[in-house]
Amino acid sequence: MEDLIRYAPDLAAGFLENIKLSIVAAIVSLVFGTVLVAMRVSPTPVLRAAGTIYVNVVRNTPLTLVLAFSALGLSDQLGLVFSTEPRTNSFWIVALGLAAYTAAFVCEALRSGINTVPLGQAEAARAIGLTFMQSLRMIILPQAFRAVVAPLGSVMIAMVKNTTVAVAGGFAADAAANMKESFDQVGASIPIFLGIVVAFMAVTLPIGYLTGRLAQRLAVAR
Amino acid sequence: MTENGGVTPLVRLENVNKHFGALHVLKNINLTVSRGEVLVVIGPSGGGKSTLCRAINRLETIDDGKIVFDGQVLPEEGKALARLRSEVGMVFQSFNLFAHKTIRENVTLGPVKVRGVSKDAASKRAMELLERVGIAAQADKYPAQLSGGQQQRVAIARALAMDPKMILFDEPTSALDPEMVQEVLDVMIGLARDGMTMVVVTHEMGFARRAANRVVFMADGQIVEENTPDEFFTNAQTDRARDFLSKILTH
Repeated sequence: MEDLIRYAPDLAAGFLENIKLSIVAAIVSLVFGTVLVAMRVSPTPVLRAAGTIYVNVVRNTPLTLVLAFSALGLSDQLGLVFSTEPRTNSFWIVALGLAAYTAAFVCEALRSGINTVPLGQAEAARAIGLTFMQSLRMIILPQAFRAVVAPLGSVMIAMVKNTTVAVAGGFAADAAANMKESFDQVGASIPIFLGIVVAFMAVTLPIGYLTGRLAQRLAVAR
Repeated sequence: MTENGGVTPLVRLENVNKHFGALHVLKNINLTVSRGEVLVVIGPSGGGKSTLCRAINRLETIDDGKIVFDGQVLPEEGKALARLRSEVGMVFQSFNLFAHKTIRENVTLGPVKVRGVSKDAASKRAMELLERVGIAAQADKYPAQLSGGQQQRVAIARALAMDPKMILFDEPTSALDPEMVQEVLDVMIGLARDGMTMVVVTHEMGFARRAANRVVFMADGQIVEENTPDEFFTNAQTDRARDFLSKILTH
């Protein structure tokens, strides 16, 4: 227990980084996932193919490899730099790498949502003269989102927990990295383990609860 | 009422063919619809009636032939096609009201987003149209809260809000409970009286007799017979049509 108290400030500072990574990744992955799903259902074969390839490659690659590729491939080799300060740079590398990875899952959740929207909705939208993009934006996606609020909650919970592999992308300042550092010094400590588990559950349990409630409230009556 | 000559037709189909896989659903269809005309398409299920109706605003593509609307060949896709569709109203068998929008929003969406009408003007017009179809009191409800007959009347108001040059009705009463059929037909008869150009796929012989200028009988992907309602119902020329009528009119 003393171990937990001694390392609490370090661990808390690390956990704050997990939260910051989660917030950036949540926003970017929701936006990018929506763009991806628009590509996957678009009438243009090239866009459809690009969306499908992206989702299948990224979704089936281990996250640690995606993050390592972001850090080593994109940042070191191709010179993609967000900040001259290494720590800030690796934060953004990891946040956006995680977002790129999560976006593939957001896309697939939304696509299953689109499949719950009856074809007649799209036909009616086209019949009053809406273009493809208009009907997607005003008619199809709003209904698809409402249908998959709960599954999107699961995707977000997984994403929050995935922030603990940030070190694979060179960002060694999150709670998991700090935990490992403390173990190196004092040996493995059950209280420290449990402390971090409780911290994550304090974030992820409400996400699950709130998205579950929201799903019921937003459900489209047919 | 049967005179179609002398006026440029609003819709002209020339040698239109369409296949669903091996099934030849539209076989060399030639048909014109004049301005102000009410054309009823009847015939057995699977005969190609709905496909014909949906081809006129290109919800179904055609394999070959030509469809001309208001002097212009139907655009294949994109903005031009969207513009054409905005001029052709469509009422579906299953209503297809936008489930996440209120009745009022269903009626104002097209005018606001497609035509660029102001929200206030669109809302005012929507209320007039909802008044006309008898649903004004339900304007702020959602589609699922309305009966089938009410939903279909809203769907008609939604089509009217675009000030279309014609309205296509694809079996508008087939999904309704029997007691709700008449309220929808009454609205349609009113439209016909007001001179709206209409293509109506239906099994409602009463509507055909009262409101149609012309009846087209379709079976097996072909137009088998075309005539005035009176002539068609009392004196059908083909065996196929007489056989069909004997099955639906005797009970």
